[in-house]
Order: sequence, then C-alpha cells, then structure tokens
Amino acid sequence: MSTPQSQAVSLPASWRDFFALTKPRVMTLVIFTGLCGLLAAPVRINPVVGFVAILCIAVGAGGAAALNQWWEADIDAGMKRTRNRPLPSGRMERESARDFGVMLSAASVMVMGLGVSWLCAAILAGSIFYYAVVYTVWLKPRTPQNIVIGGGAGAFPPLIGWVAATGHVSLMPVLLFAIIFMWTPPHFWALALFVKTDYAKVGIPMLPVVAGEKVTRQQMLVYTVLLLPITLLPWWIGATGVLYGVSASLLSGLFLLCAIRVWLRERQGEDDRMVPEKQMFAFSVFYLFALFGALVADRWLVMPGVLH
Amino acid sequence: MTDKPEPFDPAEERRRIIAGRNKALGLTLLACVVLFFAITMVKMKL
Repeated sequence: MSTPQSQAVSLPASWRDFFALTKPRVMTLVIFTGLCGLLAAPVRINPVVGFVAILCIAVGAGGAAALNQWWEADIDAGMKRTRNRPLPSGRMERESARDFGVMLSAASVMVMGLGVSWLCAAILAGSIFYYAVVYTVWLKPRTPQNIVIGGGAGAFPPLIGWVAATGHVSLMPVLLFAIIFMWTPPHFWALALFVKTDYAKVGIPMLPVVAGEKVTRQQMLVYTVLLLPITLLPWWIGATGVLYGVSASLLSGLFLLCAIRVWLRERQGEDDRMVPEKQMFAFSVFYLFALFGALVADRWLVMPGVLH
Repeated sequence: MTDKPEPFDPAEERRRIIAGRNKALGLTLLACVVLFFAITMVKMKL
C-alpha cells in the first residue's frame, strides 16, 4: 500500500528542494559575516580571490546544512517549524541529501584550497566538521549546552574571510570569532524560549526544556554581559576606529537592555505571546548585521581618514 | 468564462522537474568553468 510520503518521493526532488537544503536564510548571515571579515582586514585582496573565498564559505555552509538536515530528518518531522523541509515532507530521499551535502562540502574545501589558500581550506573543513558532526551528531542531542559550543560553527566565516585576506590567523579574526560565539547563546535561546514546546516534543535537550526558563533567562543575560566587552576589544586595542567603537557600545548596550528585560520577566501562562523574547531574537539578528556593518564602514571610512 | 484546471499528470510533472534540475546543473557547471578560468588567470598573474 502506498503512503502519501512514498507517493511524494516517487517524483524526483526539484532543484528548489536542493537549494532549500542549504538553509539559504542562514547562509545570508554566513555570507555577510564572511564578507565583513574579508573587507575589514587591513590587506586588500584580489577581487576574484575574495569572491572565491566568500563563495566557498557559502557553499561549505550549505553542505554542512544539508548534512544537518540529512541527520535530523526524523527530528525535523516532529517540529512545526521544520516539518515542511524537503526530507520530512517526503519530497526527497535521505541519501540524496547526504550525497549533496558531502559533495558541496568537499567541493568547497577543494576550491578554497586551490583558489585561496590551504590554511583557509583547513579552517573551512574544520568548521564543516564542527557543525555537521560535533554539533549535529554529538552535542545537540546530548547536552543543554549544545548551542554554546555549537555556536562556534557559525563563528568561523569572519575568521575565514579575514585569513583569506591576510594569509594568517591573528588576534582580530579570533575576536570576530569570539563575538559570534558569545552572541549565539542569547540569540538562539531567545528563539528556543518561544518554540520550547516543539523542542520538548522531539526530545532535544534545549536549555529551556531541561533547566527551565528561569535558568535560560539568567544564562542569556550572562552571555550578553560577556559579549559586551568582547565587542569593544577591537576598539580598545586600536584595531578599529571611533565609528566601530561608538556603534558597538550603542548596539551592545541595547542588546543588554533586551537581555535584562527578558531576564526580569516570567511566562504569564500558556497564552503568553512572549513579545520581549521575540523582540530580542529579532534584535539579535539586526545587532549582528549592524555590528559587522559598522566594522567594515570603520575600516573603509574612518581608518584611512575619509571621516574624522 | 473560466478555463477548467488541467488534470495532474505525474509523468508531465516528472519531466518538468527533471528538465528544471538539468538546467540548474548545466548553469552550475558553466559557472564552475568560468570560476576555474578566472582563478587560473589570477594564479598565473595574467
């Protein structure tokens, strides 16, 4: 007897389904932060090499995302937010997603090595392994701190972008890495607070599910407090100018206010619309775009003396 | 006057999806050719 899922699989997956496997919305943030790392570096890079570096970062992130969806197809099927993805909806065979992910990952590392540098290729390979294996397979189903350590995977793009331009790892790209690393927990836990029921249903030990909302709100505040001085360090060590310094102070101050607001409140019953948590999540996305945008603007306008 | 909706034909849908995939693959391969040419030019400092 054929099920709706087997009927759906009898048609081949379209190119749109393969594209959806790469998580294009996440990829925009990856491309943006990678590009910012590249443009904020004190060395001008050949435009073709720069394009190849960003392309490989994006394709590598897409490959890791496809592998993540291949591994988590059963979990995705149980959550409202993810049940329409190509695998849980039955539009694609699991093996196709796995092969697609492996191919994109391998191709991105090879082209990065041949076109940019083997140091960048090694870091990219490490970031793909970190996301697809360390985070997806190992940490996410085992520990409520999954997001903290897993956040490292999303922190690689500006590091790779910077190293593509300069050819070596220094303090500044490590600081960019640290900014995204510290930003990820409050960003993701804000989301986990208002989709808590979904994570609980599929048995993923997200902090709100395992430790409760009160602890989650405290942890969000702790990471936001730690994030503030890290965002200001590039200014304090003289690697950026006043435009970045003022922007980082303002943005991090506002982000801290969001975290304090979320920390001070409790869920008001099951009908609570969780507005402060949703606002903090939305602001966290804007925060990262604005902070890295300010970093690039500072490099191109203030540091060369265009603005005083 | 309204047109009747065409009946769903799985064979036609399959053909349409495969044609779309072939086009996407062709464009990707073409982009790879251009990309490798550009990388070669840069590496040879031409």
